[in-house]
Amino acid sequence: MNEVKCECGHVNPHGTVLCESCGKVLEEKEKEKKLLDMRYEGSARRSQTYNKTMIDKIWNFFSSVKVGVWLIVITLIASALGTILPQEMYIPPVMPAAEYYEDQYGWIGKVYYDLGFHNLYSSWWYLILIASIGISLVICSLDRVIPLYRALKKQRVSRHESYLQRQRVFGVSKIVETDQAFTMAKEKLKEKKYNIREENGNLLAEKGRFSRWGPYVNHVGLIIFLIGGMLRFVPGMYVDKILWIREGETKVIPETNGEYYLKNEKFILEVYDKEKDNEVFDEAIDKAGMVAKNYQSNVTLYKKSGDAVAGEEANLEKVKDFEIRVNEPLKFENFALYQVDYKLNELNKMSFALTNKKTGEEYGDLTVDLNDPQDAYDLGNGYKAEIVSFFPDFEFDENGEPVTKSRIPNNPAFVFKMFTPDNPDGEISFVAIRQTIEPFGDNEYKMAFKGVDTKNVSALTVRKDLTLWIIALGGAIFMIGVAQGSYWNHRRIWLRRVDGEVWVAGHTNKNWHGLKREIDAALDGTSIEMPEDQLQKQSEKKG
Amino acid sequence: MVSLSSNLLYTAFILYLIATVFFAGSIKDKNRTNRGPNRWASIGLWISIIGFIAQLGYFITRWIAAGHAPVSNLFEFTTFFGMSLVGAFIILYLIYKTPILGVFTLPVALILIAYASMFPREVSPLIPALQSDWLHIHVTTAAVGQAILAVSFAAGIIYLVKSVDQRKQSKQRFWLEAVMFGLVCTLGFIIISSTFSAMGYKAEFNWIDKNGQEAVLEYHMPALTGPNEGQLVTDGKFKPLAEMPPIINAKKLNTVIWSLASGIILYLVLRAVLRRRIGEALQPLTKNINLDLVDEIGYRSVLIGFPVFTLGALIFAMIWAQIAWTRFWGWDPKEVWALITFLFYAAYLHLRLSKGWHGEKSAWLAVIGFIIIMFNLVAVNLVIAGLHSYAGS
Repeated sequence: MNEVKCECGHVNPHGTVLCESCGKVLEEKEKEKKLLDMRYEGSARRSQTYNKTMIDKIWNFFSSVKVGVWLIVITLIASALGTILPQEMYIPPVMPAAEYYEDQYGWIGKVYYDLGFHNLYSSWWYLILIASIGISLVICSLDRVIPLYRALKKQRVSRHESYLQRQRVFGVSKIVETDQAFTMAKEKLKEKKYNIREENGNLLAEKGRFSRWGPYVNHVGLIIFLIGGMLRFVPGMYVDKILWIREGETKVIPETNGEYYLKNEKFILEVYDKEKDNEVFDEAIDKAGMVAKNYQSNVTLYKKSGDAVAGEEANLEKVKDFEIRVNEPLKFENFALYQVDYKLNELNKMSFALTNKKTGEEYGDLTVDLNDPQDAYDLGNGYKAEIVSFFPDFEFDENGEPVTKSRIPNNPAFVFKMFTPDNPDGEISFVAIRQTIEPFGDNEYKMAFKGVDTKNVSALTVRKDLTLWIIALGGAIFMIGVAQGSYWNHRRIWLRRVDGEVWVAGHTNKNWHGLKREIDAALDGTSIEMPEDQLQKQSEKKG
Repeated sequence: MVSLSSNLLYTAFILYLIATVFFAGSIKDKNRTNRGPNRWASIGLWISIIGFIAQLGYFITRWIAAGHAPVSNLFEFTTFFGMSLVGAFIILYLIYKTPILGVFTLPVALILIAYASMFPREVSPLIPALQSDWLHIHVTTAAVGQAILAVSFAAGIIYLVKSVDQRKQSKQRFWLEAVMFGLVCTLGFIIISSTFSAMGYKAEFNWIDKNGQEAVLEYHMPALTGPNEGQLVTDGKFKPLAEMPPIINAKKLNTVIWSLASGIILYLVLRAVLRRRIGEALQPLTKNINLDLVDEIGYRSVLIGFPVFTLGALIFAMIWAQIAWTRFWGWDPKEVWALITFLFYAAYLHLRLSKGWHGEKSAWLAVIGFIIIMFNLVAVNLVIAGLHSYAGS
């Protein structure tokens, strides 16, 4: 493309509005304006220059800040919609989501569910929105950062008169002692940490240029963050499992390839106690009734040592004992185990005595481990009890048949066959909690309930997330970029001699108040007058 | 210790009130020789600083008494938010020396603190999820960020009060007055709840909840809207005018109706006394203010507040969520609304930088931004229950 040669001799890329070197206005349209549009220094941006091919059109679409803002606003509204009713992951698992929303929230719930808003944040269109923001971030940044870098790199000290005149802060002073004024101003500006460049007796004081890179740095951070978020879907990067483990139980930790085992020694639940805890809490405890203080699982982590033959118990080597609490996960390798839930007093063992119904005489006790029931229990002397059927979570189905809802012993029931010297063929008895059914008429013997043994169960989340470091890196870069762009200002002050006059112009990317104060301080004591804020003058005239 | 703490908070409240009067007085003062702040304003500033120190005293003594930073429930958080707002105002005042900022910021802080004290104030013990140093780090940073952003709301209101033409009918005039009405309603809520609470009003209902279970509900305001199949248990109390279906929280709706009603009455009284719109009545205060400067204060506070908010409400929040809840992000309503706030101010900055949305447009955006922040503070805690809902109890 044809390059544009400025009268100062500098060759600018096609599409440049303000000469990169001297700042002279190259575009006719821009010449009519009273104040220059200083965004991106009037540099040649691809999106403003080319619009022919398909790629140009896509590029221009995504490089537009207007499009970017629309994407942000649409994402914002979509995100808000997802909070009207709870997302599917937060509803209690009492019934299928399709029924739950209508049942709880009526027709609004039904519409919400039908529109797919119950899983809004993982819907295809929400992901497309986020992806579009990502693309917009990349293209917007590339479209601007390179030309901006060039323009700031190539800028000359002596800027064109038309450039200075059209700065927001601008003033002309007629003075005699120009050299002296320049020296004084220079010293003051140096004190204010400005970098000074001089050329043909003109002066450019500049500071904080690096704040101009803030937006691009933070966009890079955001892109890295989004890439980190995408990596979660790569197999092996992310694990989210739940491990229910009873006290005393040793279980393999899922997703560790059978490498690691965990034993739950004990689950502890503590509540705040008015006697023992800080008495300032008394009122709050009274009001709430009970306030949880601690959820804790005392566990031992084991590592498998050597190769165990299939079917054989693995050789376990103890790695460490640990107390997992909320906010204090157990970490090993890339895994972390979190305390997330618990169940108190789950039935663990039930004891019965084989009893003669008439005499009440007992012929031996048996204890059934509800998680590992034996087929038969020999009580000696010809007395024996056989478990014909076991229903850990018993209920009658619609046909009146006993079935089990789950394998968790919430409501155990047994069909016992009792063998005694009197009845060598055995008597059948159906035993559930507070219920005994004798299907074949009266038995002579019964299984008398003796007691239960309960255990607590801990629920631990098993988490591996290899994307964390990249997410953290993205977040850190974003924060650096945002701070860089927000807490520093790029300020430039030009002093130029024009036919016995001194022209002063100032520009800042933000915080004009601060710039004016610094110019004021720099010119104080010199005979150069404080330049005017032309924008303010305009608005005052209007108002 | 706890009572000392409460007294310090009370002192701070009164001092902020007095400081507001002084800042307002400094604008009315006709003997202004130069454009700088006058004696009224410097007295106002000093009173604000002493008030801030008193509130800092409240914060520290309560921290000592409880053994954890007092930012663990809605009362404590909102009070801290109010304190941060005063702190942010003091810093911006020192940069820009504009008494008018005090006239608008301090009342917002006052309303926040008064609103906070409508919630249970006892020192509560920390549930396991909150037992972490990240509680102090995340919550305080997020609150400070929001407070700095709230200064841009005050600046936006100042800008609008001055720039919106009160003489002719316009959308701007209507919406500015709507914002004023919103503030008056908050005041209405504070007045009506403190009145009934001072009277010790209590009415108990037996009712049937949406799962068909019997439950007990205690009202602290006369029930206009009663719960589903509600039976008034307490003798001699007001019987509900209407019964609500179980899906609607009748008690909260009742509070909303009372607040709205008292807000409307209060607003009408104000209109009758002032004989003009509130926006119009405030306009003389903004007579000598430079619009560009107010615009810049608003922009500056967004620029300062946005990174702090992002750090506190998103970055620190994610770090803590990873530790306490096993994942750094889970689309909990509070998280989503923090993201919405972030996106909103990101849009603000982009519109300002690239589309040149300065001045009035920018001021409106600052007002909307504050409404989003307040929505996240109030509605998300009280209406949309999520993982953060303990903060509302």
